Amino acid sequence: MRDLLTLESLSGQDIGDLLDLAQNMAEILDRPIKKVPTLRGKSIVNLFFEPSTRTRNSFELAAKYLSADVINVQKSGSSVEKGETLWDTARNLSQMAVDAVIIRHQVSGVPQQLAEILDIPVINAGDGSHEHPTQGLLDALTLRQAKGHVAGLKVAIVGDVLHSRVARSDIWALLALGARVSIVGPPSLLPSTYEELGVEVTTDLKEALADADAIQVLRLQKERQSTGEIPSLWEYRLRWGITRKTLQYAKPDAVVLHPGPQNRGVEIDSDVLDSSRSYILQQVRNGVAVRMAVLFRLLGGGHDE
Amino acid sequence: MTNKAETCWQIQNVRVIDPFRGIDSVEDVFVVNGQIAERATATDCRVINARGLWLVPRLTDMHVHFRDPGLEYKEDLFSGSQAAAAGGFTVVCTMPNTRPVVDIPSLIHWQITRANEIGLVHILPIGAISKGQQGSELADLYQMAEAGAVGFSDDGHPLVDSRIMRAALSYSKTLGRPIIQHAEDPLLAAGGVMHEGSISHQLGLAGAPDEAESVMVWRDVELAGLTGGILHVAHISSPGSLEALDYAKRRGLRVSAEVAPHHLFLTDEAVREWNYNPVTKVNPPLRPDTTRQLLIQAVIKGLITVIASDHAPHHEDEKNQSYKEAPFGISGLETFIGTIFRVFLDAGLLSPLHLFRLITVGPQDVLGLDYPGLIPGASADLTLIDPQVTWTVDGQQFYSRGKNTPLQGTKLKGRPVATMLDGRFTMRDQEVLV
Repeated sequence: MRDLLTLESLSGQDIGDLLDLAQNMAEILDRPIKKVPTLRGKSIVNLFFEPSTRTRNSFELAAKYLSADVINVQKSGSSVEKGETLWDTARNLSQMAVDAVIIRHQVSGVPQQLAEILDIPVINAGDGSHEHPTQGLLDALTLRQAKGHVAGLKVAIVGDVLHSRVARSDIWALLALGARVSIVGPPSLLPSTYEELGVEVTTDLKEALADADAIQVLRLQKERQSTGEIPSLWEYRLRWGITRKTLQYAKPDAVVLHPGPQNRGVEIDSDVLDSSRSYILQQVRNGVAVRMAVLFRLLGGGHDE
Repeated sequence: MTNKAETCWQIQNVRVIDPFRGIDSVEDVFVVNGQIAERATATDCRVINARGLWLVPRLTDMHVHFRDPGLEYKEDLFSGSQAAAAGGFTVVCTMPNTRPVVDIPSLIHWQITRANEIGLVHILPIGAISKGQQGSELADLYQMAEAGAVGFSDDGHPLVDSRIMRAALSYSKTLGRPIIQHAEDPLLAAGGVMHEGSISHQLGLAGAPDEAESVMVWRDVELAGLTGGILHVAHISSPGSLEALDYAKRRGLRVSAEVAPHHLFLTDEAVREWNYNPVTKVNPPLRPDTTRQLLIQAVIKGLITVIASDHAPHHEDEKNQSYKEAPFGISGLETFIGTIFRVFLDAGLLSPLHLFRLITVGPQDVLGLDYPGLIPGASADLTLIDPQVTWTVDGQQFYSRGKNTPLQGTKLKGRPVATMLDGRFTMRDQEVLV
């Protein structure tokens, strides 16, 4: 593995190995002093062209816990704003002896295009509506911790699957690890062709949640209403919102995940979000561990403890 | 001044495929003073032994973008003419979405004059349907027709307003020239950068559904019925559009359609194979294989009567962006023949005579032109093709300024080896002769 661009391209074995590594990394986070010398002397660029706090900070902390040096580049104030192409910006950074590029971009495929021109590892931190591979890994890790395994679980992914890079990465990871996946949401926001992948597709929340061991609740982008894809946020909540009532459609011990940030009272209610069924903060913590694992795997990690 | 020997050619033992006359036979062709001649009148000719080659008269590509005036860095009339000659064409129809838009007679006249100066290809301009291609006011169609426009199109800008489309079709009937529609409902296609389907869903790229095209084709067919106008559907690419075309044909309406070689040869899988490289980004988008097969069948059945390149050259810097930002278009003139040979001849789906109808008689019929074929007195516009030669596409070798081709590295069989315009060679052995 030279880059991490998609989970689609990884086997169940690859994903399982990364999760094992992430589990080890998670132990570092429990220590009073979290810094290990694993990536000392390595430098990493966080190239974020889309607003992001959680993922960017998570990558930055992951790199720093492994003793790598990190710089953050955002579109605002960068040479790209002056007209330089993203490809040239990346080439220039690469010439500064950077060891890896972490890229977040609003257009699908940009990390793949970047990987074609750079000879250092490229890590996709979310591209358009395509994939968010580290999110898919951290979701799988959280599920594995919550349930002890992923194979055989039924996971319902609820919401705007069509535009969700998280859903795509989750689907590839979960299918590769042997889970059953059901997707549910408004018909205008569901990729009907996903049945070809072996995913159950329905607009009926009750059907999707039946026998579910876990529910991944996607954030609803409020502009879906202004673009005419849903009538109103209220109507969305009535049909696809995860509330204490609709949660009962799932197994009694079903766990709730959400990639964040959440719209409380729209796709998920606060009493669910803040309940013991919610593993959302665990996801955030696992995010750092997963990103440490990915950086370690791609950057060689010659100083592993 | 040219001497006599240079104005007389005897092309010997060549397989003549002349769809204008329905002839496919091996013979000698004589060219004297720019025209096809009888053997008896031809003396002191220079002889070309063309055994094993095919000779086809007046290949016409009725849909090209030469970007001149205004966007010459992508292509101009000279580089476009070179690409046409290299691709084996003697007639091309240029689309009007230039800067400024070709919507007045003087620009039509200028393009024709400039093409004559260059002397590599006959350019038959297509004028805009609406002023500035804004879709709200008809351009001066009659005056443009008088200046030499062979049809009208707002290509690249679908004509959305049904009243304007109705008026345009009504006018087309009185002028005997077609309204060529880039059929696309802009709202249904909004944001789409590829075909909407399983590949777009997996790649996370916004898709445009087939129906964004077909809903407009159905509307236009109804308007062609209402007006009796002449409708030509540009680069048709969806199953619903074919249904509408079939319906129009059964009703006896004056409706025709063209298909582009890339829609016959490639599928939306290419977007994945090229790993988001925008070289595959084209409008209408590459479709799934099921649709590709339907398009091929529609050609075989005679429902589609024209193949046209939709040659859309772009500068490398423009294509070298993200998939969303890069412009639509494929540089298609120089891979045209090889591509359609692969689709139809290699697979044994069409005879050469039938295939060449689609780029000779087909477009001439749509445009109301009257080239007679290889009869004495006709202009010696012809192309020699080596059907056996295999070659590998390399966009960097194109004469076109647009090197943007998703066929880069593809092996093709069959290629033009000489193009003659009015009795003068414009290309021989892939070298364009200015």
